Amino acid sequence: MKRTDDRHPDYFHKVVDCQWACPAHTNVPEYIRLIAQERFTDAYLLNRESNVFPGILGRTCDRPCEPACRRTRVDGKPVAICRLKRVAADQRDEVKHLVPKGATEKNGKKVALVGAGPASLTVANDLMPLGYQCTIFEKLPRPGGLMRTNIPAFRLPETVLDEEIGYIVDMGVEVRYEAPVESLKALLDTRAFDAVFVGSGAPKGKELDIPGRWDSDQIFIGIEWLEAIHFGHVSSIGPKVLIIGVGNTAMDCCRSSKRLGATDVKVVARKTRKYFKASPWELEDAEEEGVEIVENLQPVRFVYEDGRLVGMEFDRFSSQEIDGKLRQEVIGREILPCDAVVLAIGQDNAFPWIERDIGLDFDPKWDMPVVDKTTFMSTREGVFFGGDAAFGPLNIIWAVEHGHQAAISIHQFCQGLPVTERPARGITLTSTKMGLHEWSYSNNYDPVVRQKMVHADMPDRFAQMTIEVEKGFTPEQTRAEVQRCLNCDVQTHFTDRLCIECDACIDICPVDCLTIVPNGEEPDLRQRLLAPADNLDQPLFVSGGLKQTGRVMVKDENVCLHCGLCAERCPTYAWDMRKSLVQIPYAGTPVPTPVG
Amino acid sequence: MTYIPKPAVHHPSLQKNAIGLTRRDYEGSMSTLCAGCGHDSVTAAINQAFWELDIAPYKVAKLSGIGCSSKTPTYFLKEAHGFNSVHGRMPALATGANAANGDILYIGVSGDGDSLSIGLGQMCHAIRRNVNLLYVLENNGVYGLTKGQFSASADRGSTSKKGEANAMEPIDGCLLALSLGATFVARSFSGDKAQLVPILKAGLTHQGFAFIDVISPCVTFNDHEGSTKSYAYTREHNVEVVQADFVPPRSEITTDYDPGSARNVMLHDGSWLRLRKVAEDYDPLDRDRAYAFIREHQRRNEVVTGLLHIAPGAADMHAQAGTVSTPLVQLPYEQLCPGSAALETLQHRFR
Repeated sequence: MKRTDDRHPDYFHKVVDCQWACPAHTNVPEYIRLIAQERFTDAYLLNRESNVFPGILGRTCDRPCEPACRRTRVDGKPVAICRLKRVAADQRDEVKHLVPKGATEKNGKKVALVGAGPASLTVANDLMPLGYQCTIFEKLPRPGGLMRTNIPAFRLPETVLDEEIGYIVDMGVEVRYEAPVESLKALLDTRAFDAVFVGSGAPKGKELDIPGRWDSDQIFIGIEWLEAIHFGHVSSIGPKVLIIGVGNTAMDCCRSSKRLGATDVKVVARKTRKYFKASPWELEDAEEEGVEIVENLQPVRFVYEDGRLVGMEFDRFSSQEIDGKLRQEVIGREILPCDAVVLAIGQDNAFPWIERDIGLDFDPKWDMPVVDKTTFMSTREGVFFGGDAAFGPLNIIWAVEHGHQAAISIHQFCQGLPVTERPARGITLTSTKMGLHEWSYSNNYDPVVRQKMVHADMPDRFAQMTIEVEKGFTPEQTRAEVQRCLNCDVQTHFTDRLCIECDACIDICPVDCLTIVPNGEEPDLRQRLLAPADNLDQPLFVSGGLKQTGRVMVKDENVCLHCGLCAERCPTYAWDMRKSLVQIPYAGTPVPTPVG
Repeated sequence: MTYIPKPAVHHPSLQKNAIGLTRRDYEGSMSTLCAGCGHDSVTAAINQAFWELDIAPYKVAKLSGIGCSSKTPTYFLKEAHGFNSVHGRMPALATGANAANGDILYIGVSGDGDSLSIGLGQMCHAIRRNVNLLYVLENNGVYGLTKGQFSASADRGSTSKKGEANAMEPIDGCLLALSLGATFVARSFSGDKAQLVPILKAGLTHQGFAFIDVISPCVTFNDHEGSTKSYAYTREHNVEVVQADFVPPRSEITTDYDPGSARNVMLHDGSWLRLRKVAEDYDPLDRDRAYAFIREHQRRNEVVTGLLHIAPGAADMHAQAGTVSTPLVQLPYEQLCPGSAALETLQHRFR
C-alpha cells in the first residue's frame, strides 16, 4: 500500500466516526469535552455552527452519529451523543447576544425561500450575516414546518422551537405567514428575487386506497392528523386505534393516540422488526407506553358494521430470511377490531405549484425536480432545492445540511460565480502533549456504561399532550456520559522517520491496533496484522518504509481508544496525539484559488 | 513510566487459549521502565510464549535479582509466584526452589550486570547443575539503573553516550554458557518477536537450563551511534543461523521443506523443535562448532542469533543428584522427616 495521505482533510475526519456520519459534520468530541468542562454555552454555540438547531435536534435527531460511534465497537453501546447535545441546549446561558446577527449593511441581493422549515431557515441563517435580504413564504401561521406540526409536543416543547427559530428570524428575515406560493412562475416573473430556494418539504401523506377507505371519517393520514392535533383541531380518538406503518411518524401517531384517550393502540407492520423504519429507541419508547407492535400483516380492507368502522382485515404473512433478504408468503387472513385508523405509510412530495414549462426539469419516473446533489440547484438557474423537497423525505439534520450547501451555492450564484466552485474542507492538527505523561485531554478510558434517560412517570405523562417525556440527563448522568467519549478527534499522528521500531507502542496498545509488518496489498495486509482488520469500513493507516528494516507501521483505526498510550510509550516522539479540527466551509468561506 | 493503567478493554477478536485465558490475562502491572525499553518487548514476548503454551500462571514462579531487567517479572503473569532476590543471587534462589519443588515452571529474568558482573559465579554454577529453568538475560551493555556505565557485556571500542570508548573485552553470555556445558543456548533480539517467542517456548519446554541472551537496547543510555547494542546496530549486524519453530506435542510434523536444511529435535514432553538452518553447515547439536561459529562471526562484528545449541535429553539437576522428583510439599510427613533413627543410620554411613 502507498503511504496514507494523512494530510488530506478527509483521512482524520473519517476517524472521527460521529462527525463523519453527521450530515452537517457537527464537531461532536469537542462539544462533549466542552460539556465535560461545564462550558454549556460554548458547547451550544459550537453545535449551532453546524447543526443550527441544537435544542431541537438534541431531542429529535435521527442520530446517524450514534450507530457510527466507535464506543459501540468497544463496549456495545454508543455515547449518548444526541442527548448530550440536549444537555448543552438546556444548561446554556442566554445566547441571544452571541449568535450571528444579520448584517446591518445589506448587499442588495434578495432571496425568496419557500416554506419555513429547517432547510429554508438554515439558508437564511447562513445568508443573513452576509447581507442578503431573505423572504420566507409559509403557508401556515407559524414557522418550523414539520418540526412544529409533526413532532408532538411531548417530544419537543414549543418553547425550544420558538427560541431556536427566533434566533434566525430575529436576524431580520421577512416571514410572510399564511402566504403559500401558488405559482413558482408567478414568483419568478416578479423578478423581485435574485435566487429562489424551495424548502417546502414532503407535505403529502401516502394514501392507502383499499375497499372501505372513503366510508368513514375515522381514517386519518398520519402527518395531516398530527398537524390537526398541533393546531387543536383534533382532541380525541376512539379507544381502539390501529396505526398502519412503522416509521417514526407511526411512532408519533401511536403515542399521540395514547394521549388523546385511546386505550388499545396497535402499530401494524408488513415486515418484521429488523426491517422497521422507525429508530430502535422510538420503538422502545412506544412499547414502554403500552403500544403493541404487530408484524407480518398487510391491509386488505376496512371492515364496517351498520355503517360504522369496526375493524380492518389483513393478509397474514409468514416471514423468513433467505440470503439476507426477507421472503414473505400469505398464510391467511385476520381481522383486528378498531374504532379509528391512522395511515402512516410514508410521505410524498407535491409540487402542483411548480409549472412544468419554466425550464425546471422533473424526473418523469418520480415526478420530482431534477436537483444537483452537490449544488442543490435545479435545471433552472437560480432556483435551488433542499430538505425533503429535494430528494424526498429525510431527517431534520439532512435538511440543515442541504440548507448549508444551498446557501453556499446561492452565495456563489449571486456573485456571478459558478456554483460548482465550492470552498474546500481543511484540517489542522495541534499536539496535545503537555508533559511527559500529560495530555490536554482526558485520555484515561472510563468503563462506565451508557446512561439511561429518565422518563416522566407513566400515568401522568398521558394527562397532557405537552408533558415532555424525556427529562434530560441529571448532572451526575452527564458527568458519567461525557467520559464515555473516546476523543476520536485526538489523532494518533505518526512521523515515519522518527520510528526506531522498538515495538513499545505495539506492546502497550490495549486493543492491538498497531503492527509493524512488511508492506503488501490492502486485503493481504489486513490479514497479517496483530488483530485481523476485518471491519472494511474502517481505514488502515500505513506509514512509509521505516528506516531500519523498510517495514511499515500499520494502524487499524477500527477500535482505537485514543488513550494515547502508544504516544506515551514512544521514546522518539514518532507517535504523537494531535487534536484535529476539521474546517467545514459555509457560505462566505473563501473558495481556494487554484494553484499554478 | 505511564500514569494511566492499560485499559482493560480488548480487541473483539482477541483469542482464548486452551485454558480459556486471553493474552491480556498474562499481563502484569504497568511497566515503570523508560518508554521504548527493549525489556518491555521481551516482557510482551514472554506473555505471548506463556499464553501460546497454555500454561496456567499459578504453575509458574518468576525469579529475578536487581536491575532494570530484574524489575520486569512484575510486568508479566500477575498471578504467578515470584521472588525478587538480592543482586546476582537469582540462580541460587532458582536452584533452591527447584530442589524443593520441581513441578513449578521457573523463569529467571536477569541482566548483563546481574548475570555477568555481580552474579557471574552464580550463573555459572546453575548452568553446570543444569537447573531446570528458563534463564533470560536481557542484555543492553550498560548499567541503566545507575545511569549508563559500561557493563561486562559492552564490546571493546563501543562508546558511551558521551563518546568515551570501552577499553575492556566483553564477556559473551552465550560463549560462556557453551563452555560451561549449557544444554540450551540461544541469542535473540527484543525487536524480533517472530524469532524470540518460539525460542522462549522451546526454552520453557526444555528440561534443564535454557539460556537465552536477548539483545535488549537501552533507549536512554545505549541507543546511539557508537553503541553495539542499539536497535540500529543489532538490526544491521544480525545474522540468524537457526530458525526454531516450536511444534506442540501430538502435532503432525509436515515436511514442506528440504530435509537437508532442517532437523527435528524432540523435547522431553513430546513436543518438537523444528530447526531450520539459515546458515549453511551450521549444526546446533554440535557444541564445539557452534562455539567456533559464534567466535568467527564476532570477529566480523556480526551478532549471531537463533537457537545456537541444544543438547536434548541431558540430565537436569534432579537427575544428576538423584533427588526425589515429588515436590517436597507433597511428600507425607513421615517420608519428608523419617525421624531420628533414620538420621542416625544416615550419619553412620559417613563415619
